[in-house]
Amino acid sequence: MSFVASLRTALRALRKNKLRSLLAMLGIVIAVAAVMATVSIGQGAQAKVAQQMESLGANLLMVLPGSIAMHGVATGSGATQNLTRDDATAIERELSTSVAAVAPINRTGAQVVYGDQNWFTQVQGSTAAYLQVRNWPLAQGEAFGREEDASAAKVCLLGKTVVDKLFVPGAPVLGEQIRVKHVPCKVVGILATKGQSFGGQDQDDVIVMPWSTVVRRLIGSQADTVGQMMISARSSDQVSDAEREITSLLRQRHRLSELAEPDFQIRNLAEMQDAAKQSTETIATLLEAVAAISLIVGGIGIANVMLVSVTERTREIGIRMAVGGRSRDILFQFLTEAVLLATVGGGIGLELGIGVSKWMAARGDWPTLLSPPVMFGTMLAAGFAGVVAGFYPALRASRLDPIDALRFE
Amino acid sequence: MGPSEPPVVETRDLEKIYRMGDVEVRALRGVSLTIAGGDFVAVMGASGSGKSTFMNLVGCLDRPTRGNYLLNGRDVGKLSRDQLARVRGRQIGFVFQGFNLLPRTNALENVELPLLYQGIASRDRHRRAAEALERVGLGDRLDHTPAQLSGGQQQRVAIARALVNKPTLLLADEPTGNLDSRTSVEVMGIFQELNEQGLTVLLVTHESDIAEHARRLVTFKDGLLLSDVSPSRRRLAREELRERSA
Repeated sequence: MSFVASLRTALRALRKNKLRSLLAMLGIVIAVAAVMATVSIGQGAQAKVAQQMESLGANLLMVLPGSIAMHGVATGSGATQNLTRDDATAIERELSTSVAAVAPINRTGAQVVYGDQNWFTQVQGSTAAYLQVRNWPLAQGEAFGREEDASAAKVCLLGKTVVDKLFVPGAPVLGEQIRVKHVPCKVVGILATKGQSFGGQDQDDVIVMPWSTVVRRLIGSQADTVGQMMISARSSDQVSDAEREITSLLRQRHRLSELAEPDFQIRNLAEMQDAAKQSTETIATLLEAVAAISLIVGGIGIANVMLVSVTERTREIGIRMAVGGRSRDILFQFLTEAVLLATVGGGIGLELGIGVSKWMAARGDWPTLLSPPVMFGTMLAAGFAGVVAGFYPALRASRLDPIDALRFE
Repeated sequence: MGPSEPPVVETRDLEKIYRMGDVEVRALRGVSLTIAGGDFVAVMGASGSGKSTFMNLVGCLDRPTRGNYLLNGRDVGKLSRDQLARVRGRQIGFVFQGFNLLPRTNALENVELPLLYQGIASRDRHRRAAEALERVGLGDRLDHTPAQLSGGQQQRVAIARALVNKPTLLLADEPTGNLDSRTSVEVMGIFQELNEQGLTVLLVTHESDIAEHARRLVTFKDGLLLSDVSPSRRRLAREELRERSA
């Protein structure tokens, strides 16, 4: 029997038992939909985590003041003020082979006022390097430079949220004077939208100003202490080198003995990124395992229905054999039916899976990643499940004795 | 059929032994029978006489334990399963008591079935199946399923299916067993007509008035041939039908 003819025969047989065929397919439909959805959700979530990590900054190291123990009582991290502008300058100057940029940061909360609008936001005081380490371009205007920092110039860069809160849509923003606490500031730039951070904070609810403007004018301190430093390594390979070099440089500058606990701490965001990636990968692997199991269960469903079908159609098999059907024709016919069930079920499942993953992506605000290799692989797996599931029932059918089969009631 | 043509069926000391556990059942105990081309033979006998076993062997559905079976001069007793299937598909047409049509499948597709296994293209299949149905008077019922047809019509579809591959031998196993007497005569009429056109027919029946439509009566008993005679008065379906309607 030709391939087309047996395909048509199989289709006809399946159509005669629509409900049963549908139920037989259901397992595979669910399995394939699960594979599609889980894989693309997993990939989408991974991409989102990577994107969020990226939005923190490229190859980022954070240096925070450490804990010191006073008379045996630990102060907890960040309680000391032992990082200075000089430390930042030294790192930038001496470690230029591995470090691309160093941004000393001091922050404070401040009420900002423009016209009859006001808003409370976070003010980041830093240098021009801040935008570089945070990988944060400007949407409009220009960043401030060294001179503005040196002279504690009254300039600021506004985050998108602050712009929305203070200005009516469409109104000019650049060049306007806003009041930050009691200090009038000229808006020189608007930051590009960054969206939510990994922790769910609005990263655009922020004002960036020169470090000295924030420290000297807003906080009113003459000290040189730095709240934290964000440092970007030259490349992802150099992050750990930079971390080691910064550690030794700061220990040396802070005159710590070999055995002393460091009075600062360095957080490696690349490591956090890896950890986050690993956990999403673990989840993805788990989901894939579940999907694979459901594919097996789907295959068992098809095998079950095919076995019932062979018994029920024993007489038909006898007739087919009597009129010239060879064993392999019968084998092929039932195998074709099983594979057809699996692939049609797979097709429906594919559609369903794509739908579900698009829906999930829309809800979770991550990109829908539908890779053709995954689709192709899943369909192949479904077809393979059909072959495996259909083989034994088909073999049984093909081995029937034509005389017994014809007499079967 | 010229004298040089081999007989359609020739069996020599055909034996068939079934083994059921430790018990051997000798269903056929050496049957030699020759059926020439164009003959119409009715096989009779009580149940257990071996006639069904003989029919299965002649129909290439089974292989003999001992002895030879030559179909159109070719020894088919030692062929493999698949080779037998090929012989069935090309040289033999079957008609069964229970019609054995595929359910929920229309007449045309049922008749096409043997051609499907010969790899004939679909347009040829349709044409030949329609012709065969035409021949048994069902040209206007091509798209009817068995459930939409009467018993007699179903048996005609089965006959069309048996004819569609242009067999050299038509085997009919109790073809009238499920039919009323008038329809039985009609079906026998079709067989007689086909036989007059040269087709060799082997009919298995336990009803003597049906068997009398054949040219030759063969009786089985206990796995052996008991008698091989011509009917004293051959029935002709055409005349019977005329009498009935008169």
